Amino acid sequence: MIRRLLVANRGEIARRIFASCRLVGIETVAVYSDADADSPHVAEADYAVHLPGNAPTATYLRGDLMIGAARKTGADGIHPGYGFLSENADFAAAVIDSGLTWVGPPAKVIAAMGSKIEAKQLLADAGIPMLPTWFDPDRVTEFPVLVKASAGGGGRGMRIVHERESLGEAIASARREAALAFGDGTIFLERYVESARHIEVQILADNQGTVVPFGERECSIQRRYQKVIEESPSPVVTPQLREQLCAAAATAARAVGYVGAGTVEFLVDAVGGGFYFLEMNTRLQVEHAVTELITGFDLVQLQLLVAEGNPLPLNAPPGMRGHAIEVRLCAEDPAANWLPSTGTLHRFHIPQVMGEFKALAAPGLRLDSGVRDGSVVGVHYDSMLAKLIAWAPTRADAARLLAGALARAEIHGVTTNRDLLVRTLRHPSFRAGDTETAFLDRHPEVFAPLLSSVDAVRVSCLAAALASAEHRRASAPVLGTLPSGWRNVPSRSQTTVYDGPAGPVEVGYRLDRGGDLVNWWVRAVDPDDPDLGGLGQPPATDDHPPAQVVSATPEAVALDVNGIRLMFTVRRVGEMSYVDSPEGSVALQELPRFPLPTAALAEGSLVAPLPGHVSRVMVVPGQRVRPGELLMTLEAMKLEHPVYAPSAGYVASLPVGPGSQVETGAVLAVLRPE
Amino acid sequence: MTVMETAVDPRNPSYLENRSAMLERLHEYDDALDDARAGGGDKYVTRHHARGKLLPRERIELLLDQDAPFLELSPTAAWGTDFPVGASVVSGIGVIEGVECVIVANDPTVRGGAINPYALKKTQRAGEIALVNRLPLVNLVESGGADLPTQAEIFIPGGGVFRDLTRLSAAGIPTISVVFGNATAGGAYVPGMSDYTIMVRHQAKVFLAGPPLVRMATGEITDDESLGGAAMHANTSGLADYLAEDERDGLRLARQVVRRLNWRKQGPGPRTLNPESPKYDVEDLLAIASADQRNPFDPREVLARVLDGSEFDEFKPGYGTALVTGWGELHGYPVGVLANARGVLFSEESQKAAQFIQLANATDTPLIFLQNTTGYMVGAEYEQRGIIKHGALMINAVANSRVPHITVNLGASYGAGNYGMCGRAYDPRFLFTWPNAKSAVMGPTQLAGVLSIVARQAAEAKGQRYDEDSDQAMRMMVEQQIESQSTALFLSGRLYDDGIIDPRDTRTVLGLCLSAIHNAPLKGAEGFGVFRM
Repeated sequence: MIRRLLVANRGEIARRIFASCRLVGIETVAVYSDADADSPHVAEADYAVHLPGNAPTATYLRGDLMIGAARKTGADGIHPGYGFLSENADFAAAVIDSGLTWVGPPAKVIAAMGSKIEAKQLLADAGIPMLPTWFDPDRVTEFPVLVKASAGGGGRGMRIVHERESLGEAIASARREAALAFGDGTIFLERYVESARHIEVQILADNQGTVVPFGERECSIQRRYQKVIEESPSPVVTPQLREQLCAAAATAARAVGYVGAGTVEFLVDAVGGGFYFLEMNTRLQVEHAVTELITGFDLVQLQLLVAEGNPLPLNAPPGMRGHAIEVRLCAEDPAANWLPSTGTLHRFHIPQVMGEFKALAAPGLRLDSGVRDGSVVGVHYDSMLAKLIAWAPTRADAARLLAGALARAEIHGVTTNRDLLVRTLRHPSFRAGDTETAFLDRHPEVFAPLLSSVDAVRVSCLAAALASAEHRRASAPVLGTLPSGWRNVPSRSQTTVYDGPAGPVEVGYRLDRGGDLVNWWVRAVDPDDPDLGGLGQPPATDDHPPAQVVSATPEAVALDVNGIRLMFTVRRVGEMSYVDSPEGSVALQELPRFPLPTAALAEGSLVAPLPGHVSRVMVVPGQRVRPGELLMTLEAMKLEHPVYAPSAGYVASLPVGPGSQVETGAVLAVLRPE
Repeated sequence: MTVMETAVDPRNPSYLENRSAMLERLHEYDDALDDARAGGGDKYVTRHHARGKLLPRERIELLLDQDAPFLELSPTAAWGTDFPVGASVVSGIGVIEGVECVIVANDPTVRGGAINPYALKKTQRAGEIALVNRLPLVNLVESGGADLPTQAEIFIPGGGVFRDLTRLSAAGIPTISVVFGNATAGGAYVPGMSDYTIMVRHQAKVFLAGPPLVRMATGEITDDESLGGAAMHANTSGLADYLAEDERDGLRLARQVVRRLNWRKQGPGPRTLNPESPKYDVEDLLAIASADQRNPFDPREVLARVLDGSEFDEFKPGYGTALVTGWGELHGYPVGVLANARGVLFSEESQKAAQFIQLANATDTPLIFLQNTTGYMVGAEYEQRGIIKHGALMINAVANSRVPHITVNLGASYGAGNYGMCGRAYDPRFLFTWPNAKSAVMGPTQLAGVLSIVARQAAEAKGQRYDEDSDQAMRMMVEQQIESQSTALFLSGRLYDDGIIDPRDTRTVLGLCLSAIHNAPLKGAEGFGVFRM
């Protein structure tokens, strides 16, 4: 039996495994890189071992450090989680060789399934249906085809090729990418199915030969070949198809001698029908939670059970109850080409969560998260912050529950794909079950921010401004109990300038003695060129919906807009205001009321400290300079004043020459970093 | 602790009558404010904006802390005179970086911001408020100097402005000037006498004599920037401590200066930071003062809408009942209140007031006077019972009291009642007027009647026939003249108060003033004049 388990992983999956360990009384050991020192998974573990550095190759990919950490802490088992070392056969072997319990399939199975080509050959022999596949590009007989890396994963090295002419280049670049990413440039080609669905079967196998399929998961909605939304059951899988898929998965598992939790992925042709083997994942999947919710089983507990040599407690597929949908909430900007976003997650709150990291007793929401308020989202690891899973009697119920909770979530500080998830879950095609892999390409409308109507954005800006006003009133050292912005001779409104989703805007508002809005507006402004004429005066054309303040505190504002009462929560961190409402969320940066005049200078400008004339110039435009390098000298009052480069860069502009007369504050040179 | 009851009934016909009369007065007041806000009018405002310059109220708005209150003082100064309403200057009390300050801003759109006699009075009053309450003074300067046609009225007394600036400084009250434009000749001493001076580049012009006068005087040919530009003063003469890039930057610098004043209020803070609001609707304040001034009203109804939690502990409630005295809190500050209940002050009321004022001085409690008085009772009986003696007690107490007084005229302030109830001559820290209120030596009818009687007696003494028709005409004329000279707008226009206030703002105005007052130390009188018994 395992007494103390080390999880060779981080974040959400480490927490997930720790949760099951606690349920069965296993002590836990975490590992952490420099950046993860304050992560929840470290705080929750009984013991934690620091892996110095941040790069995965220096930390979470170092099998030797993992085994060392297990030894040091007296751990007697290692769970690899997913990603990192989870499908590393050498690591599995090393763990077993060190006398530790390995929570995963046998090393040789990992190795066999790690090569897609080998897996295909092995399983085709077992009678599992395969897409037409070519290992020699010259033999390709049809298009489009998909170029895949044999050692691939996560979509890396994949290319769709529509005609023979582009095949050569696609193969070359896929090889380069695969070689770089996996150290193995082997590729193969497969028929590309346009309307494909990605459906996988969860299996568990013990070392007594029992293989139990746990039903299917549909993971068709993907971005860049990475899953975004997963659900079970699949809307297109009939009981008959389920039986076929499960049988095929069980056959595959048996064929390779599988032990533990694994997943057999299939591609289902949504138009032509039929299903084909894609690959076998020899680990616990990110999306295992949907299976846990609809079956009621704790898959990690089952993994531990099997790893300890016990038989599975069931030998036939468990019943499926209701419908579960999972979304992967990621720190990324879908609208900016999925660019990962980083920063401090000031607030992370999902409403109505019924449980974390475990199967639920009753339908509701489950949250598996690797972050908490204040977590720093860095550049080193995966962008996934959390998984949110809804379990409900029907698919429609689950989608609605999930979308509702996401829309009301408070996620402040980093950009996420939340709005895209909500729009997808509420999309008619999604609701109709049309979730093929190209969903996001076919429905660009889901990339629009949730808070998209002009008035919704304006009203959110107003709420932010009013909450800030309340905050200022509440913290005013004098006269804090007088009405906000009170004037006996009212003439102008209060204004605040925010940089928001629609660029910089000025919010104007005036309250009467009772705190009601006399007027308000939100208009685009140029903060570098403030319009001083008519300062604090409303715009000539007022197309703002009538609004009244129902209540306002520094944290929450209730407004009556057009006869509808809306509640906004506002959270301020420094100059940022995060506004959440049923309409959606918006992050607003308050711009300074009094921009410093020097800020108007081009960044990197060096200015004359006193009036004088330029005596010598040592640089030319475009020249690279070191920090502290002498750029020029200025002569004034018979003294020579050297001007040094404050930092490294190049001379972007040099408005003066030898002999130039300069006033105090005149720009001498502009340095730009390279 | 007593929570006040109310007898105000919005369904009462007098409620509606009072309210509509008050709204009418407020409407007239708003019209006057519109004139003040319009400054020099569209043409000059547009030209001023086109130069990238801000109006005085725009400058003030930027200077103030966001969302903090601002009380403009005497906004309708010069109403009913030959000078524009507002008197080409905006003054008031506002919060800058958490510090209550007096702000004075010239309005350059009104005849170049020239100082007329009312502008001078308003400016000096602002300086006086800064001095007695220990409030830092910020001058936003842009004025062409003295209004030359009225120089005779302003030149000699006008020197007091500069005297007061340096006296403030000597008293440890900081003075700050931001120069946005002209500050020439005498005006140059505003920045010159200030502790801190900020000048706006390419705008400020600060010199004793401009290029033409210099040429006349010495033959030197020079220009504005060399004589008094902001950069010259910042870099060469040293008159400017800070050089602002533009107007907004100048206001930023002024805020920066205030932030570093290390300002500490010397009076005690409010007793609670979360005072309870009054329990009754402030809107009722429009309907409490009687439309017909002859009908007195209960000032407790006002207090119930002004004091914290509508709590008022009355002192001597059964004695001298025409004057209500008692204790309460206002925005957390303890106050004693004297309020006329039934117009006339009798001997008992006077004695009660004298005692109450001494008690307030004994406990360092500020006093609020709510005026609605027609004066001390007249008649043989009252004279014989010593009404003068007793009135003198009250006036002695008011005059020698050292706790801060704030006076609000709610309706009437006539005769010596004006003195006893801390009229302007008794130096209340602040004095405000409701728009319906009146003040004069006596009522217009009474005054005209007195004149008529005296004239009739004179005629009779000479054995002449008294012309009833001309008597009638004289009485009408006098009544009209006195009536028009008794109104709130007239009196406020002549700076006999610190401004007319909307009755609904009474609590806010008093709260702001009380807080401002507590910048100065607060100590009651230790001795009074000899009380004649």
